[in-house]
Amino acid sequence: MKVTIDGQEIDVEPGTTILQAARMIGGESVPPAMCYYSKLKGTGGKCRCCLVDVTKGSDNDPRPMPKLVASCVTGCQDGMEVASKKSERVREARNAVTEFLLINHPLDCPVCDQAGECDLQNLSFEHGKLQQRFIEDKRTFEPENIGPYIQLHMNRCIVCQRCVEVADQLTDGRVHGVLNRGDHSQISTCVSAAIDNEFSGNMIDVCPVGALTDKTFRFKSRVWFNKPFNAHRDCDKCCGKTTVWMFGNEIQRVTARKDEYHEVEEFICNTCRFDKKEVSDWVIEGPRKFEKDSVINQNNYTRKLDKVVINTEKGILEGREIDRKKISMAEIDYNEKIDGTNINSKKNG
Amino acid sequence: MGRKILLDKINVPGIKTYEVYRKEGGYASVEKALKKMTPDEVVEEVKTSGLRGRGGAGFPAGMKWSFIDKKSGKPRHLVCNADESEPGTFKDRYLMEYIPHLLIEGMITSSYALGANLSYIYIRGEYMWVYKILEKAIAEAKTAGWLGKNILGSGYDLELYVQIGGGAYICGEETALIESLEGNRGNPRIKPPFPAVQGLWQNPTVVNNVETIAAVPWIVNNSGADYAAIGIGRSTGTKLISASGNIKNQGVFEIDLGLSVYEFMNSDEYCGGMQTNRPLKALVPGGSSVPILPANLIYKTANGEDRLMTYESLSDGGFATGSMLGSGGFIVYDDRACIVRNTWNFARFYHHESCGQCTPCREGTGWLEKVLWRIENGQGREEDIDLLWSIQSKIEGNTICPLGDAASWPVAAAIRHFRDEFEYHVRFPEKIKNRDHFVAEPFEKVKHLVAKQTV
Ligand SMILES: Cc1cc2nc3c(=O)[nH]c(=O)nc-3n(C[C@H](O)[C@H](O)[C@H](O)COP(=O)(O)O)c2cc1C
Ligand code: SF4
Ligand code: SF4
Ligand code: FES
Repeated sequence: MKVTIDGQEIDVEPGTTILQAARMIGGESVPPAMCYYSKLKGTGGKCRCCLVDVTKGSDNDPRPMPKLVASCVTGCQDGMEVASKKSERVREARNAVTEFLLINHPLDCPVCDQAGECDLQNLSFEHGKLQQRFIEDKRTFEPENIGPYIQLHMNRCIVCQRCVEVADQLTDGRVHGVLNRGDHSQISTCVSAAIDNEFSGNMIDVCPVGALTDKTFRFKSRVWFNKPFNAHRDCDKCCGKTTVWMFGNEIQRVTARKDEYHEVEEFICNTCRFDKKEVSDWVIEGPRKFEKDSVINQNNYTRKLDKVVINTEKGILEGREIDRKKISMAEIDYNEKIDGTNINSKKNG
Repeated sequence: MGRKILLDKINVPGIKTYEVYRKEGGYASVEKALKKMTPDEVVEEVKTSGLRGRGGAGFPAGMKWSFIDKKSGKPRHLVCNADESEPGTFKDRYLMEYIPHLLIEGMITSSYALGANLSYIYIRGEYMWVYKILEKAIAEAKTAGWLGKNILGSGYDLELYVQIGGGAYICGEETALIESLEGNRGNPRIKPPFPAVQGLWQNPTVVNNVETIAAVPWIVNNSGADYAAIGIGRSTGTKLISASGNIKNQGVFEIDLGLSVYEFMNSDEYCGGMQTNRPLKALVPGGSSVPILPANLIYKTANGEDRLMTYESLSDGGFATGSMLGSGGFIVYDDRACIVRNTWNFARFYHHESCGQCTPCREGTGWLEKVLWRIENGQGREEDIDLLWSIQSKIEGNTICPLGDAASWPVAAAIRHFRDEFEYHVRFPEKIKNRDHFVAEPFEKVKHLVAKQTV
């Protein structure tokens, strides 16, 4: 079957969705996706970020479709023509969805641990507006303890339900899902239940925003201060192929490996994710590369950098030395707060 | 006098019971269908009748039935949508409460037509007493041999169950209803696949409204052609209208489609005119989700023709000058009604009922409600009216199911036709803060203030 997306033609198998076809083409025409996750069945259709304009249905049915469609759940037809990035209508719709998402998920990023890994941040970079039109009170939720490994920060959830699909498809004895309706919808567990299934950690990886975070890593470091390496170990529960995030010689976090669409390549077990934090637990394969403009590349060490010498008066650069030290965090004691008292990690988490 | 098809026997004493219903000719359609007709012939009659779905969308029932996948070899199901959660619509409850066997009879005949051996009536949780009535009727029908194995010795088997929902508007949307029936959270499914191909338990399923199914016995007993002779054009047959608001006679009426809105409003047989003879201000003709019409577009369409109670005439001119027949929830407002308050009230409902799956509806309905609340409470800003317009336009058409549209149309129509009233709210917050505004002093009397300000 032939489909044309933003003027680029591609041959696809029957059953391919428009989003998959766009990903095969790659580049700018690939619609953003906040709820679809190719590795999980039944995802997609919910966030409405991936709307595209089907300008021609198929050769047999040349009528323009009356509606924008969600590309992640709409199958290609032979001869279909789709406008994605090129369509004004599409841009408008995606801008609208972004504005809606930002109503209750403010980009006050310093309070969130997902900074640098947040798909919503990327989405709003492309589709956000400068001014906020929403002046009402935002929806807030009481913090809730859902288990030993995962921190739920409901105020940031965008109800994409990817984590619910993880719970459905990867774990047994599911205890978590969506409660309530509308903008009161919330991710929660059955009364008093904790999520402790061996594969539950994957919820953290699929969460597109900072609503589910890793309690063993939370606030240890900004992700761009970490250096990601591909690593593996012999694991009897999962593939054992991960990315380990190092700060100096310390493994601060372990995640599954993610592809260019921020989807995990293979799901991993909780043992690999939470319990194996010694360098000796892993065979380190080498540095992991990220997209050129990813914030994680702020700490790029895969590219050779020439030392930059700034020739200017000393006075102008005053303070810069000190800032550098702070940013490098080399001399910072993580167990101590600014006032000298020790950090109570439970309270901070 | 309009003819009665559904409500013909409603005043017969004891019609609720099986004995009386049967004595009055009940279950004849089952006998006729099972003994003298093939399932396809029943489908054909319904097609000929032109009967359109009475749940709101008005999709031709016979056509929907013919889409059901009979080749797959999978079991098929008929599901009756008795969720009836649209504000302003209360007709299905009336039918089920007063003549329950009509629905059961319709379910059997229709299930036979579809080749369904397991059918359901899905009823909203708040209709508990109606649920009990239906349970009793089903038990009576079963005892009398109209349900179960080998009905009337025809070789056809049918089990029929009533299932109560949790009382959520979204569970009236057909795919959410199916999810709920399966025991899941009532979230709409993404279509395609349509229920006719993959519905309940992945089996081919037809979902029809109570009133649609209740019309089938008459069609089978008389003929599709006789049914099609009633009404006008593609709006055939009779329709139940639940009328409420500032009219003399509130209640459920059966009309021939094609009756003029003027006659329906003013004749003693139906609404009986305005309560306390106050002027008519606005009308919602088809339940809370359809656009509101201002007085000048109620009796006449934009090009001066008489407005009729038909799918076509009520939607004449699209949303700019028309509305929809919808589910027939006819809500009448006199000059004391506050359109902003009413719109806020509807928005509050849609916000509360959005399932929360998709972004525009989940976030947009809440936003609409909040802005409308502010305007209605004297805290509106001038730019809020355009903001409302913009929000609703960003919900419409971008959602998984039509609840998003249902939330945005009433807001769009209210602004389109009653913008000056919104402006009055914004410019005279002090007058608005009295929650009884317009009751003592209808908007007509203060309208000039907005006009003056605009100049
Ligand atoms: C949000 C929403 C709520 C609905 N509620 C009802 C309802 O309460 N009763 C009903 O019959 N149809 C309802 N519908 C329409 C159904 O989805 C479906 O179209 C209808 O039951 C089909 O029956 P019909 O073809 O006989 O009208 C609703 C639709 C939406 C989008
Ligand atoms: S917690 Fe994260 S993954 Fe789960 S629904 Fe919310 S945003 Fe999606
Ligand atoms: S439009 Fe509203 S009710 Fe329908 S699926 Fe989306 S969130 Fe749910
Ligand atoms: S990615 Fe397609 S709707 Fe969310």
